[in-house]
Amino acid sequence: MNLLTKLVGWIDDRFPLISTWKAHVSEYYAPKNFNFWYFFGSLALLVLVIQILSGIFLTMNYKPDALFAFASVEYIMRDVQWGWLLRYIHSTGASMFFVVIYLHMFRGMMYGSYRKPRELVWIIGMIIYLALMGEAFMGYLLPWGQMSFWGAQVIVNLFSSVPFIGPDLAILIRGDFVVSDITLNRFFALHVIAIPLVLVLIVVAHLVALHEVGSNNPDGVEIKKHKDANGIPLDGIPFHPYYTVKDGLGAVGFLIVFCAIVFFAPDMGGYFLEYNNFVPANPMKTPEHIAPVWYFTPYYAILRAVPPMFGSQFPGVVAMGVATVAFFFLPWLDRGKVKSIRYRGPIYKAFLAAFVVSFVGLGYLGLMPATPTYTIISRILAVVYFAFFILMPWYTKIDKCKPEPDRVTFK
Amino acid sequence: MTDNVDHSKRRLLIAATTAAGGVAAAGAGAPFVLSLMPSERAKAAGAPIEVDLSGIAPGTMISVEWQGKPVWIVHRSPEMLEMLGKHDADLADPASEVPQQPEYCNNPTRSIKPEFLVVLGICTHLGCSPTFRPEVAPADLGSTWAGGWFCPCHGSRFDLAARVFKGVPAPTNLIIPPHKYLSDTRLLIGDDSKGNA
Repeated sequence: MNLLTKLVGWIDDRFPLISTWKAHVSEYYAPKNFNFWYFFGSLALLVLVIQILSGIFLTMNYKPDALFAFASVEYIMRDVQWGWLLRYIHSTGASMFFVVIYLHMFRGMMYGSYRKPRELVWIIGMIIYLALMGEAFMGYLLPWGQMSFWGAQVIVNLFSSVPFIGPDLAILIRGDFVVSDITLNRFFALHVIAIPLVLVLIVVAHLVALHEVGSNNPDGVEIKKHKDANGIPLDGIPFHPYYTVKDGLGAVGFLIVFCAIVFFAPDMGGYFLEYNNFVPANPMKTPEHIAPVWYFTPYYAILRAVPPMFGSQFPGVVAMGVATVAFFFLPWLDRGKVKSIRYRGPIYKAFLAAFVVSFVGLGYLGLMPATPTYTIISRILAVVYFAFFILMPWYTKIDKCKPEPDRVTFK
Repeated sequence: MTDNVDHSKRRLLIAATTAAGGVAAAGAGAPFVLSLMPSERAKAAGAPIEVDLSGIAPGTMISVEWQGKPVWIVHRSPEMLEMLGKHDADLADPASEVPQQPEYCNNPTRSIKPEFLVVLGICTHLGCSPTFRPEVAPADLGSTWAGGWFCPCHGSRFDLAARVFKGVPAPTNLIIPPHKYLSDTRLLIGDDSKGNA
């Protein structure tokens, strides 16, 4: 027995090392027919690691103080050795996180991954998504540019439209009567420790829940129905080495795109880093045109599409909230006989396509100034967006599904 | 063994311990939550400010900072004042019935002196600061525009008495902060108490 084996044995007598590795990696049996769409789960994990690492190094030079924050970011960009790279990695990572998460969610919708028995995997995933939105929003205040300031001003004011408790709630969030140094300081605390800690914990819970019920696959059929004599699914392959290698390929492809953005287009034409954010925050003057960063714009367009009612902006805020939370209910809204889009009928496909069009369309309109024409288009797309969810129990039930195969299809 | 367990006593003890622990946890949590509320320094930053009005030419506006927010002081020209009453039908609240102003400014010009409008420059929609557009009928705002404010964030429009137009996202008129004149040209914003004035 060599030294390493001895060491592992010593640890394993005191800690479930080998059994954990087996349960979650080397003997976790995943369906053999994963396709391109199954890259995004592991890529999300990769981006989380990138964000935590680059974030730790940024905090070493960043100052969470309204007087110094903007200058300290410029200091990181100009004077700190390789500071520009750390910052561009972090800012690109924020946008790429949402790219990956949106594709990961869309995968789940296409293949019915939220359906029984994976409801909790989906719900925990949605909590991760909400935490990520909070993390991104608070992080965006930290450079203390004009968009940081006015973006935070608008979002915090959403809370003040809540009847009765709203104004006090907004003061509690800001810790002040306006977005100020106090707000910046507390958003820093939440951004660098509170939310990341929660994120890591719920990501672990997401994986534990997934590994308990097993992964879905593009056919939406359960591989656990057919097991061999040892209780191993016939259509399952161990995650390691098969999917570690496959995901490694995905990671390389992803990093090529990621590096191309970091090195050649870190501001992505004003979509990843908005130009107005290179102007220091000025509480006295709102920029000519403000829009949130692209990953929030579908919801922002819904907010703007709803007119004020009863002298209050609250209905729009509710619509925005419902648009975000609606995903939680997918496992119970979907009454389809099959899970995967491969065996769904034309009605579901049409609704899903319309939903994608509305989501992307609203995302585009949320970036644009609110003209009367755009407002009308936003309203139409918002109706389509909500129809996808509200009508789901009906159209998934009447849809003509194709017969599911007994086992996964694999060429 | 289990037969000897007094379950009702056990439940009572668990409930009592939970209740006592809950009260203690809430008590210990209170300082944490209260630390999130505005500090004494943040509260003190709301002190009134004095402004000299003599330098504001008719038809122009200055912006001053009070409680970290912009306060606009507009010197309205006679032509501007004349146009104020002409578009009441297009306004959401032309008579300022929603209490967005102190009692002494609840009048057609929403001001103490008609020529000087003092208003909080924060849109009642989502808190952006609207842009001052005093010109009449500019190309981008349409031929009916008689001067006022346009909010770049979501397109809300206000007239030169800071009253909101119908059909825009902002639900109410802009807020008139408490203020009073110390002399003909000296204005105090943030305090309207009588007495030493």
